[in-house]
Amino acid sequence: MVESGFSSPRHDAFPAGLRVLVVDDDPTWLKILEKMLKKCSYEVTTCGLARDALNLLRERKDGYDIVISDVNMPDMDGFKLLEHVGLEMDLPVIMMSVDGETSRVMKGVQHGACDYLLKPIRMKELRNIWQHVFRKKIHEVRDIESLEGNEGLQMTRSGSDLVDDGHLLSGEDMNSARKRKDAENKHDDRDLSDPSSTKKARVVWTVDLHQKFVKAVNQIGFDKVGPKKILDLMNVPWLTRENVASHLQKYRLYLSRLQKDSDVKNSFVGMKHSDPPSKDSTDCFGIHSSMSVIQDDVSNGTYNFSVNNSLVQNVDLNHEGDKKGITSAPVAEPKGALSIDIPDPHKAQSSQISFDHSLGSVDSGLKFALFNSTNQTRYSWSEIPEIQFKQECEPLQLENGFSQLPLPGSQHQVQTEYLQPAVSISSGPSITEKEVSSRPLYDEYRSNHVKHLSPTEAVDLFPVPSRNQTLNNQVFNPISATTSSMKNQGISLNDLEFAQRNLNGGVGVPIASLSEDLQFCWLQGECYAMNIGLQDFECIEYNDPAPIAEIPFLLYDAPRFDHEHLFDPTEYAAIDQGLFA
Amino acid sequence: MDVVKLQKQLVDYRASLYHEAFLDEQFTQLQELQDENNPDFVVEVVSLFFEDSERLLNELAKALEQQSIDFKRVDAHVHQLKGSSSSIGAQRVQKVCITFRNYCEEQNVEGCLKCLQQVKHEYSLVKTKLETMFKILAAGGSIPM
Repeated sequence: MVESGFSSPRHDAFPAGLRVLVVDDDPTWLKILEKMLKKCSYEVTTCGLARDALNLLRERKDGYDIVISDVNMPDMDGFKLLEHVGLEMDLPVIMMSVDGETSRVMKGVQHGACDYLLKPIRMKELRNIWQHVFRKKIHEVRDIESLEGNEGLQMTRSGSDLVDDGHLLSGEDMNSARKRKDAENKHDDRDLSDPSSTKKARVVWTVDLHQKFVKAVNQIGFDKVGPKKILDLMNVPWLTRENVASHLQKYRLYLSRLQKDSDVKNSFVGMKHSDPPSKDSTDCFGIHSSMSVIQDDVSNGTYNFSVNNSLVQNVDLNHEGDKKGITSAPVAEPKGALSIDIPDPHKAQSSQISFDHSLGSVDSGLKFALFNSTNQTRYSWSEIPEIQFKQECEPLQLENGFSQLPLPGSQHQVQTEYLQPAVSISSGPSITEKEVSSRPLYDEYRSNHVKHLSPTEAVDLFPVPSRNQTLNNQVFNPISATTSSMKNQGISLNDLEFAQRNLNGGVGVPIASLSEDLQFCWLQGECYAMNIGLQDFECIEYNDPAPIAEIPFLLYDAPRFDHEHLFDPTEYAAIDQGLFA
Repeated sequence: MDVVKLQKQLVDYRASLYHEAFLDEQFTQLQELQDENNPDFVVEVVSLFFEDSERLLNELAKALEQQSIDFKRVDAHVHQLKGSSSSIGAQRVQKVCITFRNYCEEQNVEGCLKCLQQVKHEYSLVKTKLETMFKILAAGGSIPM
C-alpha cells in the first residue's frame, strides 16, 4: 500500500490517530489548535507558513489525512493553498477564520473546502473533523465499487493488485472504510474486505481505454451517447456496461466541473448546468452535470464547455472564426481515442479555440464555448501563452449540442485560459520544449490568475511520456492561479496532459492543425484524458512506483481533479498509490 | 497568604475578568485544555498572545504613521489582531478590532487612529489583568476549574 513511511494512519482506531496538518500564521492559534487536536487523539503537525505546509504535504504524499488552514496568511492566500492541496493531494481541507462573512465562507466552499470554521474554534468542532476524511473515503470506495460492479475478475487486469494497494485511502484506511461500506455494499460478490482480492478488480481507465471511450462518445455523438452504445463501439470485451456508465458519469461531471470552474472564475462561462446546451446530461459529456455544479458561481451561463473528448476533436474550434483566431480546425479526431486534440500547441490561437465560438461553433461537440475567451492571443503556446485559465477552466463542454458555447463574453476568459493549456499541451514535442518555456508561462498564467493550471504549466507537467518530467510541485505552483477548485486545475492538467499524451503518445496527434481550439477543448475536457494520458504512467505507476516519482506531479494530480467524477476512482487510487508509492 | 485564600482570590479575580468582559468562554476552553502533559499551557498561550499582539500593535502604529496610509495593510494587521485576541478570549480587544476594521474599510484615518489608541488601551488592560492572575496562580498553585 502506498503509505508514506513517516506516519501511517491508525486505521483500526479511526478516527484516533488521524493525521492532521494545521496551517496558521497566528502562533497563538497554532498552539491552541495543536493542543485541541491532540486531545482528540489526533496526530498533529503544525505549520506557520503555507509554503512550508505545501512542502510538507508534497514530501509525504500520503502522510496526512486532512488539512486545516487559516484563510489569511501572509505568504499565501489560504484559498490558494486550498486549491493546491486539492489539486495535488486531494485531501479534505478545512478552512478557518475569525471572519465569518458569508462571502468568505462561500469562497471557501467554492474553492473546495469541505468545511469552514469560525474562530474561536471549540473542541467539539474539531472532534468531528474526521467525518470529512471518512466521507471522502467512502465516496472513493463507492466509485470504485460501482465500477467494479459485476466485473469481477476482469477488472483485475489492470493491475488491480496495484490498485488495491493503491487504494485511494491508504490501504488500511481503505479497509476500514471498505469494511464500513461493506455493510451497505450492494455488490455481494465483491469482496471488499479483502483489498488484495482480485475479485475487486476495478476497471482501470487507462489512457488507452479512455481514448477508446472518448472516441466512442464522439462517434456516437455527445447528444446521443449512452453507456450501451459506447460499450458497443469500444469493443472491449471485458468491459461492462456498468463500467462505462460510471465512467461516463464521471466524465460528465468532469466536464461540468471544468465548466464550472471556468464559470466561476470567469463568470462568463456559462457553464452552468442549469442551462446545458443541448445538454442533457447525456449529451454533454458530463458537462452538464459539471456545469451545474459550477454553475452557481458562474454567472455566465452556459459555458458548458463540456469538453468531450470527442468533442474536442470535432470541435471545430474554428467555428467561429470570430472567436479568436482559434484555428479551430476541427479537431479531427486524431489521435487515439482521446479526442483531445490538442491543437497545435503552438497555436496559441487554438486556445482561442473555439471557445470563442463557444457555442455555436463547436459543433463537434466540443462546445468550447468556453474558450471564446479573449484570450486568443494567448494561445501561442509556444510561448505558453498565459493561458489563463481564468476561466477557471470551465469544462469545455464540447457537447455536440453545444452550439451554445456560452463563452461569449465571459468566456473569453475561460478560453484564454483554456487555450493556453491547450497550447502548451500541444503535441508532445512542443511540450517538452515547452516545458521549460512553459514555466514562464505559468507565471504569466498565474498572473493572469488563471485559475486553471496554466496550461503551459500543465504542459510542462505533462510531458507525460517523459517521465522525467518533473512536474513536481514546482510546476504546480505556478498554477496556483487556478481556481480554488481543483477542478480547474485538474482539468487543465488533464488537458495538458492529455494533450501531451496525445501528442507524445501519438495518440492521435492532436490536431495540431486543429487549431488551438481543439487543443483547448482538449485540454479542458480532457482532464479526463489526462488521466488516460497517464497511460504511460499508469503502467509505471502501478508496477513501479519509482518512476512515478518522476512523473510530473501534475499528471498525477490532474486526474485527480475530477477524479472522483471522471475517473475511475480506482484509477486514482491506483494512480495515487502508484504515484505516491 | 494561605492557599485557600489565594485560591479564593484567584477565583474571584477570574470571575471579575469574565464579568467585565475582559475574557470570555474561550479562556475557559484554554484552561480546560491544560493538563498534566502541559501544565503551563495557559501561561504559554497567553505569552504567545502578548508577543504577537505587541508586534501587531507596533506594525499598526507604523502603518498609520505613513504619509499615505496603506489601509489594506492596516486592515490585515487588525484582522490578525482580531484573530489573535479571539484565541484567548480577549473580548474587549476583539470588539475594538471590529470597529477598527470598519474604519479601515472607510479609509477613515481619524477613526483608525482613534481605534489604535483604544485597542492599545484594551490590550494593556487585559494584559495587566492576566499577569495579575498569573501571579496569584503562581503564588497559590493551579487554577481551580
